[in-house]
Amino acid sequence: MRKVFVDVTAVFSKEGILVPISFVWEDGERYEVDKILDCRNAASLKAGGCGVRYTCRVCGKETFLFLEDNRWFMEGK
Amino acid sequence: MQRIILHCDLNSFYASVECLYRPEIRALPVVVCGNIEKRHGIILAKNEVAKKYKIQTGEPLWQAKQKCPSLVAIEPSMGKYMKFSKAAREIYLRYTGRVEAFGVDECWLDVTDSTRLFGSGEKLAYTIKDTIQQELGITASVGVADNKIFAKLGSDMKKPNAVTVITPENYKQKVWTLPATDLLYVGRSTGQKLRKIGLHTIGQLACAEKHVLRGLLGKWGETLWTFANGEDVSPVLTLNHEVHVKSIGNSMTTACDLKNIEDVKIVFYVLAESVAERLRHATLVGKTVQITIRGTDLCLIERQGKLTCPTSLASDIASKALEIFKGQWAWHNDVRALGVRVTDLMAETDHGQLCFLQEEAQRARRQVLEHTMDAVRGRYGHYAIQRALHLAKPILKANPIDEHVVYPVSFFR
Repeated sequence: MRKVFVDVTAVFSKEGILVPISFVWEDGERYEVDKILDCRNAASLKAGGCGVRYTCRVCGKETFLFLEDNRWFMEGK
Repeated sequence: MQRIILHCDLNSFYASVECLYRPEIRALPVVVCGNIEKRHGIILAKNEVAKKYKIQTGEPLWQAKQKCPSLVAIEPSMGKYMKFSKAAREIYLRYTGRVEAFGVDECWLDVTDSTRLFGSGEKLAYTIKDTIQQELGITASVGVADNKIFAKLGSDMKKPNAVTVITPENYKQKVWTLPATDLLYVGRSTGQKLRKIGLHTIGQLACAEKHVLRGLLGKWGETLWTFANGEDVSPVLTLNHEVHVKSIGNSMTTACDLKNIEDVKIVFYVLAESVAERLRHATLVGKTVQITIRGTDLCLIERQGKLTCPTSLASDIASKALEIFKGQWAWHNDVRALGVRVTDLMAETDHGQLCFLQEEAQRARRQVLEHTMDAVRGRYGHYAIQRALHLAKPILKANPIDEHVVYPVSFFR
């Protein structure tokens, strides 16, 4: 699996929580994050990295969005 | 009350971090190895696959490649390792405030008071090991015991990704059967001395008469006897425990052999600047300068000399180092590595003896100059300001303060 870095639009809530709203996949298409199901520190063995892992629902499917230092990445096929 | 101490060891630490970031090399033999051009090409860490080829930490890369031609060698990236080391310590701190670091990849945890919250020592060991694997993507092995020494031995017994519990019931079977050299502070030469009187295992060491060991090894003998019997009572310190510093030093293997006194002078200034900056940072001054010289034949000599007055000035330290060097090195060989250390430390504010002979005003000016250099470097980076000397041979310049972030630590603090 590949490590795909993505552009992310995110919001800092009043409580200081960082919430990703949408991201641009490598084909240039923007996808909305419908819901965040989980957020924890985790490693991605598939893509090779570690950071804060957001489990997101995007277009009805569950996917991981990782924040590592100041960059966001996803696990590409 | 019986203590519960864990020793967590991040397995093949540098190599594991590199393998995490590069999935494509995980199944290959991988070593992390210093820069060959800078002549730091020794193996710093190896992954499990490389271990099967009997590659040893500390051996040169060319030798390792003879054992395994397909070896993948990666240069270390200390920043990344420090990040993982810190992240692991943050995980430990979730379970206890008593975390003592022993190098970048090892920590002791005193969890005696945490067991009511989180379960037994063994359960906690599994929790911590699994958390590290999930959050950091690397593995740890954990030893559980009632003292630091057995906990450390425990973490070495099963690797990688395992927990070993040593109890008063099983330690004779698990620990005492190990070779004596597995024990902390039994190195090659102590091991040899012990073997000479027939002590091969930790168990034999533990059952030996204390006075015999004292006769053989002095005070150390008794300490080792205590270690072997699981009677070490040294506490697990906390991460912010202030260590009483006895010396500050830096050493380096240079990028090319030093062939004349000019080269040596350049390197001494590089090292002295680092040592002096660290002294000033700790608001210390030192009275003695020690140097180590390693020739191209790899023989090492160590010499020292007293300064006329305590200092934290690079110029004082470097000129003393150079003076000692000139008196000791006859240039039978070129120089491969140099080290400078300042000892006999005292607080900067202690009222030192003023010198009659030296011109105090000139010293004060140099002091202001070096403090200003610290400030410039703190703001704009190490190479923003340099001595003209270092422009003469750029290959020899280095920044030991940022490039050598890991200093060896002692068990006895």
